[in-house]
Amino acid sequence: MSAGRVVIIGAGQGGLQAAMSLRQEGHSGPITLIGGEPGLPYQRPALSKAFLKTGEADKLALRPESFFATKDITLRTGEWVDAIDREAGVVRVGAEALPFDHLILATGTRNLRPAIPGIDRALDLRTLDDAAALRAALDRPRKVAVIGGGFIGLEFAAVAAGLGHEVSVAEAAPRLMARAVSPEMSRRFRELHEALGTALHLANGVTEVTETGLTLADGTEIAGDLVLLAAGVRPNTELAEAAGLEIANGIAVDAELRTRDPRIFALGDCAAFPEPGSGRRIRLESVQAATDHARAIARTIGTGTATPYAAVPWFWSDQSNLKLQIAGLADPTDDSVTLEDGAVLRFRDGRLTAVETINNAKIHMKARRLLAAAPVPTRDSLLQRNYDLTAA
Amino acid sequence: MVKVTYVAHDGTRTELEGDPGDSVMSLAIANGLDGIVGECGGSMMCATCHCYVDDDWQAATGARMDGEEDMLESAVCEVTGRSRLSCQITLSEALDGLVVHLPEEQV
Repeated sequence: MSAGRVVIIGAGQGGLQAAMSLRQEGHSGPITLIGGEPGLPYQRPALSKAFLKTGEADKLALRPESFFATKDITLRTGEWVDAIDREAGVVRVGAEALPFDHLILATGTRNLRPAIPGIDRALDLRTLDDAAALRAALDRPRKVAVIGGGFIGLEFAAVAAGLGHEVSVAEAAPRLMARAVSPEMSRRFRELHEALGTALHLANGVTEVTETGLTLADGTEIAGDLVLLAAGVRPNTELAEAAGLEIANGIAVDAELRTRDPRIFALGDCAAFPEPGSGRRIRLESVQAATDHARAIARTIGTGTATPYAAVPWFWSDQSNLKLQIAGLADPTDDSVTLEDGAVLRFRDGRLTAVETINNAKIHMKARRLLAAAPVPTRDSLLQRNYDLTAA
Repeated sequence: MVKVTYVAHDGTRTELEGDPGDSVMSLAIANGLDGIVGECGGSMMCATCHCYVDDDWQAATGARMDGEEDMLESAVCEVTGRSRLSCQITLSEALDGLVVHLPEEQV
């Protein structure tokens, strides 16, 4: 059992999970959880989905206020950390210095704001306040213009179109969700959004946000009296960088999710960690990575035994009546095999890397188990079963 | 108000009151109950809100939802005929007095 002082910077789902898991692991020392946003830690995934429809903010809290006293977790929200002083072993918040024996960085990401004219007119969808503002803006008929055809932009577009608004999406890449899914799945979602009446502008980046909407690279003008910026995020690495820690598209950590300072860990969206198996450094933006990282770190600190991180990534996106589920992690260039029911298997070097399904929890769960196996199934072995994952 | 009793693996009983429309999972989370994690927030992407519906309440809670059975396969504790994802049980007046039992672990 561990008893040191733990400070966690970032009170999102990952930071909170680290605090909770430390207590579950029997950690008896003080835990301080610091978050920049005011209020209780809350769920972000719903902000671009159910919350836009229901507006039920109180349902988003991950745990009630009383929970923190019960678990003896000091929650400090609405506060920003100014610096990590590694030499002194403290985190500085204003004039205050909080000593730590273990420090967990769960600083997350912030929205990328491309340097194009008029970008300040575009709204974000990242925080509860952002989502509440968007929801309020949808109270009357709108021409909605979305910058970015990724998960967040498309989830918002699907809700807005479903509510009867006139929606356009502009995406610089030639296909939707290009970083995350196969070309086949991109096409399926293109069909969905077109069927919802949404105008999609692909391979056509935004060059300006004007008073009347968007101007695209090819000169097209899109009408928009509500513009959403959903063009990706960047990891919040400044505190780590200023403290002299290594940055590599995120806070660089090893297989135990430690930075090169053994007292300091990083988790979730802000952490660049070695992919189990390949060892290449990756950064994931998902609830799964944040919470599984948190548990691994808590086990390492709590038990004193190094716990290498080895979970299979998974993701989901709800757009209209389609629930996209992804097990594993594919590169955009990985091979694709599309099955009869629309599921797409991804392969790299003859091995399964990911499985994309729509409204098919059975195959999704089967895929998670197959991808957790060592070795991961080969394309040949799956072909022999006619790609029937349930038979593998 | 709809009363729900959660029986932890060690036998501890916790009685909570929710509103119709709440889920058995969300009521537990809102009250900081240990024993239900609810990691995905009720999106049916995980099985960390696994519960066993008490025998007396099987009929009232009804059948599993579409896809629920598949997600239950990833539950860490034994899945039985009484197993449900508590995020998929929506409270109504008909469930006033509901009793659910919680597994030893969720993750």
